[in-house]
Amino acid sequence: MSGIGWWGVPVAVLAGAIRVSTPFLFVSLGELVTEKSGRVNLGLEGTLVMGAMSGFAIAWLTGSPWLGVLAAALVGALLGVLHAAICSLPRVNPIAVGIAMMLFGTGLAFYLGKPFIEPKAPELPALDLGFWSTSPAIRSALRVNALFFIGVALAPALVSMLRNSGTGLVLRMVGDSEDAARAMGYSPRLVRLAATAFGGAMAGIGGSFLSLYYPGSWNEGLSSGQGITAVALVIFARWNPMGCLWASLLFGGAGALGPALQAIGVTGFYHLFNALPYMVTLLIMIVSCSPDRTLAGAPGELSITR
Amino acid sequence: MRLVRLAEAAAPPLVALLATVAAFALFLLAAGADPLRAYGLIYLGAFGTWFSWQNTLVRAAPLLLTALGMALPAQIGLIVIGAEGGFVAGGVAAIAAGLPLAALGLPAVAVLTGMALAGMATGAALVAACGALRHWRGVNETISSLLIAYISIAVCDQLVEGAMRDPASLNKPSTRSLPDALMLGTIPGTNVHLGLVLGLIFCVLAYVFVFHTTWGFAARVVGANARAGRLVGLPVGRLILIVTALAGAATGLAGMVEVAAVQGAASADLAVGYGYTGILVAFLARQNPLAVIPVAVLMGGLEASGGLLEQRLQLPDATITVLRGLLFIMLLASETLQGRLRLTLRPRAPRAAPEPVRPAHAGGA
Repeated sequence: MSGIGWWGVPVAVLAGAIRVSTPFLFVSLGELVTEKSGRVNLGLEGTLVMGAMSGFAIAWLTGSPWLGVLAAALVGALLGVLHAAICSLPRVNPIAVGIAMMLFGTGLAFYLGKPFIEPKAPELPALDLGFWSTSPAIRSALRVNALFFIGVALAPALVSMLRNSGTGLVLRMVGDSEDAARAMGYSPRLVRLAATAFGGAMAGIGGSFLSLYYPGSWNEGLSSGQGITAVALVIFARWNPMGCLWASLLFGGAGALGPALQAIGVTGFYHLFNALPYMVTLLIMIVSCSPDRTLAGAPGELSITR
Repeated sequence: MRLVRLAEAAAPPLVALLATVAAFALFLLAAGADPLRAYGLIYLGAFGTWFSWQNTLVRAAPLLLTALGMALPAQIGLIVIGAEGGFVAGGVAAIAAGLPLAALGLPAVAVLTGMALAGMATGAALVAACGALRHWRGVNETISSLLIAYISIAVCDQLVEGAMRDPASLNKPSTRSLPDALMLGTIPGTNVHLGLVLGLIFCVLAYVFVFHTTWGFAARVVGANARAGRLVGLPVGRLILIVTALAGAATGLAGMVEVAAVQGAASADLAVGYGYTGILVAFLARQNPLAVIPVAVLMGGLEASGGLLEQRLQLPDATITVLRGLLFIMLLASETLQGRLRLTLRPRAPRAAPEPVRPAHAGGA
């Protein structure tokens, strides 16, 4: 970051907002679809870590990062199906199952990921949007990963899917009133299974971004709660995909502030800056929630807002 | 009849335990390890010798307390999973209180009492904050407790590396250590520290509080149906504050014990997951504070045996984590059997489904 001094901070925060936000974006869009069906999956933290591990392993074994992303999505979808299958049993608490899946997913990823801690997998491709600049800081800041663009495109696509398509309508109906869905002949169980599988796949992709691009390696300290933060982020985004996009960018920027300040020598409050996304999340939840009403846009069957 | 009921309540967790043993055996086979040998080693490492028993009990001690951090709020219908934060913050607060008290030259009992109070107050404040946010702001307590845990661990890391750092701890930042003479002692004749006794006392007290006091009864009424609780005039907000504060005090005390009996100083080593394992213990004990005791010993045993699996079978240390995750999932799935496994023929009484934990309050929706 030498050469541009303090100017490095906003540049690095912008770059970080893009880089750090990508996993948030994928996990929160996935969780949004799951929550729209009236189910909460708190286990996405475990799914994210599993996705990071399996994406890295497959990319390293096959030499193709995109196969890694695909594998991460598949593994995530499988974990989502497992969550949905257990939750469809009567009298099983989805929140508790989520906590269990969190522990199980991380444990399994640590177990299976042991052989992959050392090697370096091929990186996901990125676009050089900073080609016009001579400053290496700006050039590296504007190297934007392809997955980020996919995520950004996905947000409006989901808005349109939820608003205009038959799939979106069924999803919202199951989420708002199970009885109505049953009366119309749809199976809430199956719709939730599909929605949770989708959410898991997205969380898996978000995880593969962590291990294949930024920070770009697999180790056991890779995720620091992005999965669970993303769940809170959906509430903050009021179940609106575009809201997820803005919120992810905000969180990414908050998360990038610490490393950016560290790069120019401000190291005093490293841990506090790292916790900034959590503080922002908590603060926003305190401000935006209310005990007297459910939040606007909240699916009616959702247990987490009641 | 009471015994039959008890057996029926215990049956689903046992089914889950058996299913886990079977599933984990398959997992071990896939990993190329001999399941029988592995289970033999787990038993040996956990309960095989007096030495392993002591090791198990040392690991069970913090779990007794962190499990209460989940089990107590569950009585009032809250799922609080922030015990790890209370644990770490409790430990750091305890050493922050302990060092100046020790510098005053107070006797060990006074120093340790001060440390315990500081740890408990800190843990109580953190967890009660989740309860208060839930009640007065409608913030989901599961998410807020986890966020508060992350934040408090970050604050503690900052303190340990900054303001409270011992200049002598060069490559691994930690606070200054408690003098050896002031450390929490062991149970006579064993290597097990007195934290185990504290944990047992707390579990029994929590049981008495929940099932034999009016406060506990009121809390369970609110947990079963918050609206009914409000209608009969129960002070729901105050009950939530009391119960979550007690839960937080338990997690803070666990952190204090870890500092005062095991590590002697606070460092990043405090956050090794006792809080998260406590969640599993509480669920396995079906949120009953007395049942926490045997389950914590069982889990402590599993943790204690991890090293042996690693040495003898060359299995990664995460193997035990996988086993715990499997057990947790099976256990929650087995909830669906609750009330359906019946040992005697008797007419089905129409009673409410025994559901100690509900996702959230029905009221205020």
